[in-house]
Amino acid sequence: MAKRSAPEVNAGSMADIAFLLLIFFLVTTTIEKDKGILRSLPPIDPPVEEEEVRIKEKNLFVVLLNRNDQLLVENELMQLKDLRKAAIEFLDNGGDVDNEGNPCDYCQGKKDPKSSDHPDKAIISMQHDRETTYGKYIEVQNELVAAYNFLRNREAKRLYGSSYPEVDDVYFAMLAEKEKNQFKRDEQLEERIAKLKQMYPMKLSEAEPK
Amino acid sequence: MSKFKNKKKGDLPAISTASLPDIVFMLLFFFMVATVMRDNTLMVKNELPNADQVEKLSKDRTTFIYAGKPSEGFKSKYGELPRIQINDAFVGIESVQLAVTEARNALREELQDKFVVALKVDKETNAGLVSDIKQELRKINALKVMYVTTVRNPNE
Repeated sequence: MAKRSAPEVNAGSMADIAFLLLIFFLVTTTIEKDKGILRSLPPIDPPVEEEEVRIKEKNLFVVLLNRNDQLLVENELMQLKDLRKAAIEFLDNGGDVDNEGNPCDYCQGKKDPKSSDHPDKAIISMQHDRETTYGKYIEVQNELVAAYNFLRNREAKRLYGSSYPEVDDVYFAMLAEKEKNQFKRDEQLEERIAKLKQMYPMKLSEAEPK
Repeated sequence: MSKFKNKKKGDLPAISTASLPDIVFMLLFFFMVATVMRDNTLMVKNELPNADQVEKLSKDRTTFIYAGKPSEGFKSKYGELPRIQINDAFVGIESVQLAVTEARNALREELQDKFVVALKVDKETNAGLVSDIKQELRKINALKVMYVTTVRNPNE
């Protein structure tokens, strides 16, 4: 009897099957990239002997957020959209000297003696109510962080803008570059970022909610 | 003469589709490899707040804490009040410390001091619950938190 060769399997529908699977995975894939506001919490200090730390009232920018999501800034009712500007004005005031007695030579504020002395001394204090909604709380946090970022960007542009001619937000560009080179440390870049951070240190304190 | 007339004139040869499955399989494998299945099933309503001053999150050094109202299927059992979810279960505030410490210890050693806790909290939740979580985190010295948000365009 003649040897019969096995009939060939028709592979024509293979593509269809693969397509089906492909489309399934395409639809179910969500390439998730989480982003958010990164903040550091203050450590719980062991109860040390009460050494009175005096913070002058003018160096404190008080932001209160009540249970109805209303914003009280420096004892005045304020809309959220005005908060960023007010915070920038406060931080950038530079009316006096810092702890070492150096005046703020890079501040461009009004030098109002009633507002903060130096960005190094200026503290933003935020307090919210337990019943404040989280969404509103994040919006306020966002505005305050934005104020710091604005000032750092401005100084970055002034100092290092020539290295980044086509960027508006130079500080962000520097941070992005640092992230990109995370396996290749760039001492100069890190030094510059540290300097900018130190020019406008983020002193954003949060009081326990009522 | 007629010997050479077999070829039809002017007819394009059909493109072979034999390699099509290969191409599609290649794509398929790419997506299969690139797909990350969700680690946790969400049991809470999780509509994130909105912000523009955001930074990226590095997943390798992060643990997630979810909070919000229990979603539809869990309402009858767990009620309407906002709850905390870690991994796949609702936990009380007292379990946060243990869960986060465990997650931190599971990390590679060089990442442990860069440990970040990502808070995915529904925007309708009371901020008091978040403060409670933060207080617990401070007690175990997990001081870096990220409020995970959706991103909006800063120029709006």
